[in-house]
Amino acid sequence: MALAELTANPHRSRLYWMTADALTITKRNLLNYVRIPQSLVFSTIQPVMFVLLFRYVFGGAIGSETSKLGLSYVNYLMPGIFIQTIAFGSVQTGVGLAEDLQKGIIERFHALPMTRSAVLAGRTIADLIRNLVVIVIMVIVGFLVGFRIGTNVGEFLAGIGIALLFAYALSWFFALIGLAAPNSETAQVMAFPLLFPLTFASSAFVPVETMPSWLRGFANHQPLSVAVNAARSLMDGPVAAHAAGSSTGDLTLTAIIWCVGLLIIMIPLSVNIYRKRV
Amino acid sequence: MTVAIEVRNLRKTFKGGVTALDDVSFQVETGTVFGLLGPNGAGKTTIVRILTTIIAPDTGVATIMGVDVTKSPQQVREHLGLAGQAAAVDERLTGEENLFMIGRLNHLPKQVSRDRTAELLHDFGLDYASKRVLSTYSGGMRRRLDLAAALVARPPVLFLDEPTTGLDPKSRNDLWEIIEKLLIDGTTVLLTTQYLEEADRLASRIAVVDHGLVIAEGTPDELKANFGATVLELSFKDEQVASKAKTAVVALAAAAVQQIEDRLEIPVADGAATTALVLERLLDEKINPTRINLREPSLDDVFLALTDQPAATEG
Repeated sequence: MALAELTANPHRSRLYWMTADALTITKRNLLNYVRIPQSLVFSTIQPVMFVLLFRYVFGGAIGSETSKLGLSYVNYLMPGIFIQTIAFGSVQTGVGLAEDLQKGIIERFHALPMTRSAVLAGRTIADLIRNLVVIVIMVIVGFLVGFRIGTNVGEFLAGIGIALLFAYALSWFFALIGLAAPNSETAQVMAFPLLFPLTFASSAFVPVETMPSWLRGFANHQPLSVAVNAARSLMDGPVAAHAAGSSTGDLTLTAIIWCVGLLIIMIPLSVNIYRKRV
Repeated sequence: MTVAIEVRNLRKTFKGGVTALDDVSFQVETGTVFGLLGPNGAGKTTIVRILTTIIAPDTGVATIMGVDVTKSPQQVREHLGLAGQAAAVDERLTGEENLFMIGRLNHLPKQVSRDRTAELLHDFGLDYASKRVLSTYSGGMRRRLDLAAALVARPPVLFLDEPTTGLDPKSRNDLWEIIEKLLIDGTTVLLTTQYLEEADRLASRIAVVDHGLVIAEGTPDELKANFGATVLELSFKDEQVASKAKTAVVALAAAAVQQIEDRLEIPVADGAATTALVLERLLDEKINPTRINLREPSLDDVFLALTDQPAATEG
């Protein structure tokens, strides 16, 4: 039997196969997304509507507040929109995982010599790539409605990098919720009440100073605001950092620490729950 | 004989106190097909899930090719293939993408995965559908692809968990032919099924499982000889006549006489001799059967005798 030549390649290390398995699952999930293009279309329509709503409906009223800080409202808004968009996009990680767990294919995966955690890694990486696509679309939309970079391309890209890092950290958080949920519908419903205060009681759409004092503490320090403040400073320049009462460097560092911290907590927790669940 | 699968005193109780397995033991000889036959909820799938390392047993030992499934699951996974009743394939991937993915997750090099994919799609008659997503496949095609996926890494031990449940007779027959071909190349197969016909056709040994216990084990012929009685089937003019006949002959039968509308089924332990007695009695009572048939024992009868409930019938 040709078994020896076929099975496990002894020249490859464990790390090689961990990575290869994660990428194989990533590819599977991306193909799944591509095969239902409606999902990408609809997940882009919603943030575009948010851009139009805030830019043209509320923008006039809020703009007088941001101009006090030295920023036009569209420049203030867009970094917030980027973060909000990827935060909503990260919910998909939990929904997708919950959906996978309901399917028989997970059982097949577990009877294979693949790395089990590749199911989680492949899911979060696929969602990161999906978020990247969505953010590129949102950048284009931003430019169309008048958003302009206040720094340089390098810093702007660093801002996008912060958004994606934050998206990846959130993906692992929603992975945890997806694993705890009995089905994908529940995962979706569970995510919303968590996401809502995070996105709206934040510096994403309006300056925190305009909020009542009891809300300001939370709104200033919660992770989504931290990510928005960093991205906004990197995209709009020191004016935005000053508005957040800090420097671009410090804001960026704080955002990175938050994201890495979230990942350090969420990854082992998710892997652990996944092992128990299956 | 060399043993490919060994199961000793497996027990498994799920949350909520449902005992799925209550002391199950059996051995499967290398290169043979072993059938686990039982109704829904008998524990067949739990046995498969333990042997394929998906879940762990509470107590007991299970080995595949001599490797312990709880102690060295990773090594065991390299020896096995699983085709499940849920047709565990990705709906939105094409046939080709599904098989290639399973090849890679079996840690086969890319080129080998590609070659195996092409080979299997051809062998299973799915060439023409290789670029189509699975949601466009028929039930039979999906099962074939599911089986192909289990074979990508040429596993020496194959688990087929109700491979034809829910298929139409034609697709079922096609799949049986494919499985029979597999057996020629020496793969050890553990087959679970509710269909007696399937176990009879494919398996060389059968364990009848019910309520988490093996209640009988042997070759299909042994089981029929030990547990199935020959049945005398008599048809009458109408239901009323059949009832009268039943009353007349009930004392002669080896076990309970069953009346199905205008028909009687009479277990006759020693075949011809009892049949003669039954017919003689009916003549005395002036009851004339319209049709007489002596049925040799089938696995259906075995199953009924052992579990007190009828087996799933062919749909």
